[in-house]
Amino acid sequence: MSRCGTKLLVKLNSVNKSFPSGDTPQRVLRGVNLELGAGETVALTGESGSGKSTLLHIAAGLETADAGEVLIEGRDLSLLTDSQRAALRRGTIGVVFQQFNLVPSLSVAANIAFQARLSGREDKEYFNYLAEELGLIDQLEKYPETLSGGQQQRVAIARTLAAKPKIVFADEPTGNLDEATATVVLDQLIALAEESEAGLMVVTHSANNAARMKRRFHLAGGVLT
Amino acid sequence: MNRKFSTILQALLSHWQRKPLQLVTFIGGLALATALWSGVQAVNSEARKSYDAAAATLGEGQFDQLVPRVGNTIPLVTYIKLRRNGWLVSPVIEGQLNGIRIVGVDALTSPGELPDLQLSDNTPLQDFLGKGTIYANQETALALNISVPVQISSNVAPGIAITDISVAQDILAREDLTRLMVANTHSLNREELAVIAPDLRLQPSQQSADLGELTESFHLNLTAFGLLSFAVGIFIVHSTIGLAFEQRRATLRTLRALGVSLISLIIAVIFEIFTLAIFGATIGILLGYFVAAALLPDVASTLSSLYGAHVAGTLQLRAEWWLSGYAMALFGTVVAITGKLWQIASMPILVSAQPRAWAMTVGRGRTLQAIIALLLISGALALLGFGKGLVAGFAMLGCLLLGAALALPTIIEKCLGFVQGHVRGVISQWFLADTRQQIPGLSLALMALLLAIAANIGVSTMVSSFRQTFVEFLDQRLAPELFVRIEDLGKSAAVEAALTANADEVLLLYSRKASVRGIPVEIDGIRVGKTYRDNWRLLAAEEKVWDRLATGEVIIANEQFARRAGYWVGDIVSFAGKDLLLGGVAGDYGNPLGQIILGEKLYRELYPDDRAFRFGARTTDQEALKMAVQAQTGLPDSAFTNQADIKSFSLQVFERTFAVTAALNVLTLVVAGFAMFTSLLTLADLRVPQLAPVWALGLSRRELGKLEVLRTLVFAAVVCVLALPLGLALAWILLSVINVEAFGWRLPMFLFPADYAQLLAYALLAAFLAALWPAIRLARIAPNTLLKVFAHER
Amino acid sequence: MNVKALIFTCLFPVAAFAQGFAGLGTDAEGFSVPIPDKEFSFPDDHGPHPDYRIEWWYLTANLADSEGKSYGLQWTLFRSALEPVERAGWQSPQVWFAHAAVTTPDTHFATERFARGGIGQAGVEADPFHAWIDEWHLKGPDFDTLHMQAYGPDFGYDMQLQSKGPLVFHGSRGFSVKSSSGQSSYYYSQPFYKISGTLHLPTGPKKVTGDAWLDREWSSQPLAENQLGWDWFSLSFDDGAKLMGFQLREKSNSSYTSATWIGPEGKTETFPDGRFTVIPIETSRINGREVPTSWRVKLPEKDIDVTVSAMNNNAWMDLTISYWEGPVSVTGNKSGRGYLEMTGYE
Repeated sequence: MSRCGTKLLVKLNSVNKSFPSGDTPQRVLRGVNLELGAGETVALTGESGSGKSTLLHIAAGLETADAGEVLIEGRDLSLLTDSQRAALRRGTIGVVFQQFNLVPSLSVAANIAFQARLSGREDKEYFNYLAEELGLIDQLEKYPETLSGGQQQRVAIARTLAAKPKIVFADEPTGNLDEATATVVLDQLIALAEESEAGLMVVTHSANNAARMKRRFHLAGGVLT
Repeated sequence: MNRKFSTILQALLSHWQRKPLQLVTFIGGLALATALWSGVQAVNSEARKSYDAAAATLGEGQFDQLVPRVGNTIPLVTYIKLRRNGWLVSPVIEGQLNGIRIVGVDALTSPGELPDLQLSDNTPLQDFLGKGTIYANQETALALNISVPVQISSNVAPGIAITDISVAQDILAREDLTRLMVANTHSLNREELAVIAPDLRLQPSQQSADLGELTESFHLNLTAFGLLSFAVGIFIVHSTIGLAFEQRRATLRTLRALGVSLISLIIAVIFEIFTLAIFGATIGILLGYFVAAALLPDVASTLSSLYGAHVAGTLQLRAEWWLSGYAMALFGTVVAITGKLWQIASMPILVSAQPRAWAMTVGRGRTLQAIIALLLISGALALLGFGKGLVAGFAMLGCLLLGAALALPTIIEKCLGFVQGHVRGVISQWFLADTRQQIPGLSLALMALLLAIAANIGVSTMVSSFRQTFVEFLDQRLAPELFVRIEDLGKSAAVEAALTANADEVLLLYSRKASVRGIPVEIDGIRVGKTYRDNWRLLAAEEKVWDRLATGEVIIANEQFARRAGYWVGDIVSFAGKDLLLGGVAGDYGNPLGQIILGEKLYRELYPDDRAFRFGARTTDQEALKMAVQAQTGLPDSAFTNQADIKSFSLQVFERTFAVTAALNVLTLVVAGFAMFTSLLTLADLRVPQLAPVWALGLSRRELGKLEVLRTLVFAAVVCVLALPLGLALAWILLSVINVEAFGWRLPMFLFPADYAQLLAYALLAAFLAALWPAIRLARIAPNTLLKVFAHER
Repeated sequence: MNVKALIFTCLFPVAAFAQGFAGLGTDAEGFSVPIPDKEFSFPDDHGPHPDYRIEWWYLTANLADSEGKSYGLQWTLFRSALEPVERAGWQSPQVWFAHAAVTTPDTHFATERFARGGIGQAGVEADPFHAWIDEWHLKGPDFDTLHMQAYGPDFGYDMQLQSKGPLVFHGSRGFSVKSSSGQSSYYYSQPFYKISGTLHLPTGPKKVTGDAWLDREWSSQPLAENQLGWDWFSLSFDDGAKLMGFQLREKSNSSYTSATWIGPEGKTETFPDGRFTVIPIETSRINGREVPTSWRVKLPEKDIDVTVSAMNNNAWMDLTISYWEGPVSVTGNKSGRGYLEMTGYE
């Protein structure tokens, strides 16, 4: 499935993962291979508990694989130290989770700016642009706990994009949102990712959402199809 | 207990089963708080006993004495004659053996209490009467080196061995008596002394009032320390129980959701918490006892094996420690549980089971708390301005401490907020914001830390000031190593000559009673010498006051007289037909009488017929000097007092208390550190949702762990900065307000920056240690645990 | 614990003392023991017997002032030996102590003194008779004519005594058995003293006259183990007859009693265990203890059935060793007055 012409950002080679569950460990991933290039959008679908979130976490370097290789921009994650992986999350990767993405002690504005400032890529104009685009201009001084779920997710997306990551991982980013808002948010995510030539991997259970991505994979029984 | 109730209880207890560490911290917190309290109680009562021993030894003091006018001996027949004529006297024989002062007493007639010899109930009486056992402390016992059995009793003053009169006579190879103690009650049918025993004179008890009042004052301050430790304890109990609830919010909610009635749940919770509280308090009381026993040099037990002598333990586990220990634990529990029960009662059944850490930031409660704090501190100030009496003093102390504790969260919040506005780094800003958010969860532990550090600073200041004053006072008043008092004024010149020939310096004293401005005073004439210039601290003085005192140009008064009469340095005092300039005011701790000091020249001018009858002599060998003076003047032993011995014993007694107090300071910090530790440990779980996003955004767990330690240190540092002035205020109230109210004189307050620096370093160390384990846990947390925060299916 | 308290827990293990004044010491080792049929020899036997463990000179008196107000008085000197010898000087193993008390209808005064033998502070000489401790004494040319004084911090007395009858011997010619297992003492009395003198009270001196009763007793044997305390009665009836009776209370709620009937001329009859009976009919709370203050006393052989009531319930001797001792009045088929002593009510 290797494609030429685009820069390869993420490469998973025969990744295995299991979780302890009773006497016999539950094998969530069985030799999964996956690639993500710059400017690409990928959808991961699967049943609840099929391990799609785990796959995303492993690809993002948040969790480690039991076996197999995970390469981010050609660097083998298993060879990196914990703090090197943290640096990778800071500079290269952006993650949007299902919920509770935000730092509760920081204001919306501080949350949006947080990762960009961490990675040293603060861009005031882009910040304003994102806030405008995602309809957060009036919320900047508020604190996360006072926002609705949809607003919180938009802040999380703004924060991820503001840091201009090379790769964006999103785990059900719109799972908490109503249909209409979900569409808007996902549109923005895709548009903004394309704009910045980033690779985007989205975990979703919605066929609608998946259809919006250039490529789609389905995870079942630990195998990617 | 019915089945339903036990089921609920089982559900509650199962929490501890799953999280044994939390149970350990809960019980541990209660136990440590109670231990601190009972330890302080133990030390307090032990200190009191030490003083009593000192008083009993120093104050030959307690009773009037009959002593020979001439020579050093009283024949037995004189004693019998006195008794047969209604004099309730008790004989004493004293002498030296191997450098030890042997004191023989008659237990049958001895008035009041001898020093508590720590006899046990089954000591054979023959051992004390007749056959002979000698009682002495360990060092003396070693030095004594005689064949008579020696029993170790730590209550006997150093250098003294007490025994029955028959044994003493035997050891000393004498048959006479040295002096007779006079009981405080008299027979209705008592003959005149001059008729029965004209050779004896009545020497009134020299109640060393100064020493007595100093120690009383010290006690009052120790009691205040006890109350402080109680307050610290209450805070810690409160905090511990609060955490136990916070940890089990989910369990409680689930039980409610399963249909357990509110009332059964509340009863079960009360039953459970109180049972655990009593358990923890029991451990704590015992722990406190052992800590105190370990702190106090229990000479007896270590030496009992050496001498094969049984000595009753000095420290007893008293009923009042049990009672007050339980009272504290249960009071803290009641205070803590009331609010929590209210929370259970008003908790919606279907609220999120996850402890909502960020809901704590809501500021309603804090504003109210800040207002109360402000009111309390204003109250303290008002009491300072308008309060009168000891109760007001203690109320002021209470208001100040409670106010400061309640103000603490707001103050920390404002400080951090201010700093946050002035830092640029993104991590620093987040760190400060996050730190501020932790304040509610940690506030009780922080308050306890504040009180602990402040109490330590206050007590250190108080104790050290006390020690400094005390030592100076002893140096001043007991500077002459040998003190001579004569009855026969005709001998004044001879004694002066003998002393001058043999001593390094002679201080002689003329004295008479008078009334100045209606105030009874003692007018003393002194010969100004090196000792006065070196050792006397004047509270206020004119230039060259000693030179001018010697010439008669100025006089000196003690603080009591100056305050009562309304004079101060520079005023003119009129008496004996003269107007005299008050050149200095001397601190005179505990003396109830006014005193005016004149130079010898002026005194003799005013009262030409008076003769000096008290002499102080500076020497390095009191015994030799005494013998030389006796050889020349024939003065009896009773005319001499070896002040060097008194001084060294007094100091020893106080040093013991000081050492113990220092050790208790460390204990207080350990307790406060533990409270901090348990709070942090509990918060650690609640922290996961707050830290997970930051971790996901690129801070490693290790960095987060380091920041957690740093956070605790920041808290501790802010608390330290606040505790320092609070502690000093506390010491000031103890020394300058409460002491003045209680005794009418002010203990000078000294500052001990090195001690404070050390104390604060300990406090930071305690905070560091408290934060270490939770931080290490965080640094090693499984990523999966962090990721769960973001997942739906939690 | 202080030395003085120790002396008493050692000398008189509390329980032993509570068991009555004979129970002093746990064995009779080295000490002489009373034997029956002793030939008393006077005046020597009025003096001390240092080879016995315990001994006393015990005087009580019922008094009245000119207005008829009643008083009671006690003067007691105890001797207790650590060893069955006397030595001169402070090495003496003989310990002396004394109790003095005055009871008025509303107040009770009591005080005590201590002394060691061998130095002259306290002692007893038989001829001329002289018993003393400090400034207290009981002395005269002979045992029949005595002067007595004692003082405390707030009371005192100064009395003259004259005997009007013979000495009286209890038990078997002065050998008085104290338990069924044979514990015993030597015991005689002079119950016929007329007494007069001055009581010194806080309210001022008071002239009084009355009757006094002197007990002499010495022994070395502790009471039987099961004996708890005793109740001792000395009663003088208005018709001139007198009765001494005691009961030693035992653990099993039983008791051992003994009595001596003394005719107006001094003729005696003694009664063995069980003839003399006493039953408490009223108790009072005194110093935290329930103490009987009214008794039904019977001696059927002499047709005695009387009630003995305390003149002042609060006659508690609150001293190093405490007990109840005070004047009583007698009503019933005979009337009179006397003294009651009760020990072991802890």
